[in-house]
Amino acid sequence: MSMSPTASESAEIARAAARPEVRPVRTSYGTDIKVAYGPEDLAGFEPADALGEPGKFPYTRGIYPTMYRTEYWTRRNYAGMQTSEDTNERFKFLLANGQTGLSMALDLPTQLGLDSDDPEAGDDVGRVGVAIDTLADMERIYDGIPMAKVNTSFTINATAAIVLAMYIVAAEKQGVPMEQLRGTVQNDVLKEYIARGMWIFPPQPSIKITGDIVEFCARHLPKFNPISVSGTHIAECGATSVQVLAYPILNAFCYIDEVLKRGLAAEDFIPQITFHLPAGGLENYGLWESIAKFRAGRRIWARLVRERYDVDDPKSLRLKFSTGVGGSGLTATQPLNNIARLAYYALTAVLSGTRSLNLASFDEALAIPTELSTRTSLMIQHILAHETGFPDVVDPLAGSYFIESLTNDIEQKVLEMIADIEAKGGVLKMITSGAIQRDLGRQAYEWEQAIERKEVLKVGVNCYQVEEEPTGALEVHEHAEDAGARQLERLRDVKARRNAAAVERALARLRTAAEASENLMPALLEAVRVYATVGEMSQILKSIYGGFDDPV
Amino acid sequence: MTPSDPQASRAAVDAIPIRVLLVKLGLDGHDRGAKVVMHILRDAGMEVIYTGRHAHVDNVVKMAIEEDVDLIGLSLLNNNHLSISKRLLEALRDAGIGDIPTVVGGIIPDADNPVLKSYGIADVFHVHTPPSEIVDRVKHVVEARRRYKLS
Repeated sequence: MSMSPTASESAEIARAAARPEVRPVRTSYGTDIKVAYGPEDLAGFEPADALGEPGKFPYTRGIYPTMYRTEYWTRRNYAGMQTSEDTNERFKFLLANGQTGLSMALDLPTQLGLDSDDPEAGDDVGRVGVAIDTLADMERIYDGIPMAKVNTSFTINATAAIVLAMYIVAAEKQGVPMEQLRGTVQNDVLKEYIARGMWIFPPQPSIKITGDIVEFCARHLPKFNPISVSGTHIAECGATSVQVLAYPILNAFCYIDEVLKRGLAAEDFIPQITFHLPAGGLENYGLWESIAKFRAGRRIWARLVRERYDVDDPKSLRLKFSTGVGGSGLTATQPLNNIARLAYYALTAVLSGTRSLNLASFDEALAIPTELSTRTSLMIQHILAHETGFPDVVDPLAGSYFIESLTNDIEQKVLEMIADIEAKGGVLKMITSGAIQRDLGRQAYEWEQAIERKEVLKVGVNCYQVEEEPTGALEVHEHAEDAGARQLERLRDVKARRNAAAVERALARLRTAAEASENLMPALLEAVRVYATVGEMSQILKSIYGGFDDPV
Repeated sequence: MTPSDPQASRAAVDAIPIRVLLVKLGLDGHDRGAKVVMHILRDAGMEVIYTGRHAHVDNVVKMAIEEDVDLIGLSLLNNNHLSISKRLLEALRDAGIGDIPTVVGGIIPDADNPVLKSYGIADVFHVHTPPSEIVDRVKHVVEARRRYKLS
């Protein structure tokens, strides 16, 4: 036997040495991605069990049998700014350009239960969303917009009950009764503690209010989604795909358990629970991983809800989600590049079977959108819908060796994480101790280091940088400096014209309801009707429930 | 007053750990950026105090004095950087600590850099400024001030 290589072996060795190294690729949660997948990766895979058919348990392939062949996803770009007139104008612009549902951004004071004239509100009035102080603002937002035909999703949490009450009354005045009203309020305070930072009250009363909204909608607004349990903001904080499913699912169980205490059966309200999950973003650079995440999410939800709450009703087992796009993945430098990113994120969402897509704009990292930038994002959606063929087949990736392997992998990791968190005392405990927040903060830091080391490439940021912007001076939204003054005048006017005695009575009624731990919605509706302000209502609740310091 | 051995004094001063007050003023709750910067500066050996979300100007002034910080870092992404910077700098000056340098970071259009500098902001950091660059620039601002105080 020869000890030294033959001529052909030497040639082979030389060729191998000259071959470029295989780039390591890992998912956001640490699984190594192979170069190629094959049948061996799906040994033992039972499609009938793991996939089912589209629209049938376990819904891996989609919650409806025909998906976009009968109805496209809702094109629902986020909008809201300055005063109700400005927002009304932007909404009409979006609807005229093919937006099919509205998604309202509310300003920071409104999100925190502060009126525009509150000293704390300061400069933040109308800056990143519309300023809402009373029902009058809500009415004006929908002036000339038929609420019977166009529904709205509100990104509102701590003050969701107040905003919902205003939406209900404004719709009533347009002739739309509660029973017919469609829309969504985000109403997910647990993710505020984890990721977004816009809570008012401590966890227990906040969860109670969330429960009030869900219960009220189960009884009186059957077509409304009283909650949109969110993973998007958690992703934006630095979470992995596994965390992006595990935390919202556990948060949803918290809310469900709260509502079950009130004598409703699971199938009475679970069908109205929706989710808001991300496609794309800074860490979610692996878009295949995003798609696998959505498919795994559907299967996990169906199986866990059936098992945990003993329901068979398909309406309770279908994971309904809207998609938010990871704005953290969009860059301030070379903003037009973001159009490509947004197109890829939109494609990811559609290949994943989203019901509704809120696509950010190419100037996301600079300011809130201009007409041009948000319209461009609508056009991205229209092109995807009508020109590409991607939406024409339900779950076209089913059966892919790679996608099914990744779906299985994510499912397994999510179930492990859920079991782990429950063994450690549950998600609420981990939120109030700050454990989840610290974890995410550390991951975000590690990500920034990976960018600096060029382990992660970000075009325009750590590679392919350009000295001068070829687009020249991009026109960016400028906040109207008189918006605050206009809003203050409006508020003064409403307060002057309303029936002060009626407001007093309504606020007293709200206080009584809160102190007696009743469902707050009826009292809020009453207060909203007589033009009580967001601040007046919130102040009462704050005086009873108190505030909550950041646990981190 | 000129120290007798400027080199030694400078070295002694440089050896003192840098203390930074990281601030989120106003109503915005998104603090991923502030927390990442906190990690970056701590890893570089600095002592970082973070106000947490929703800090108030008077509290920031109080903390800056009590914690005897070398630098204040303001994190902003809701487009109110001009007005908030101005307010903070005025409050610091009124409290007699206007010499503590303040830097700003976050979502800030390039066009506003000179305006911020004209208010007295010492440096402006954009999103994805590499961690090592953040550390270098912070050190530069702090060391410049320390040497100025020495001289």
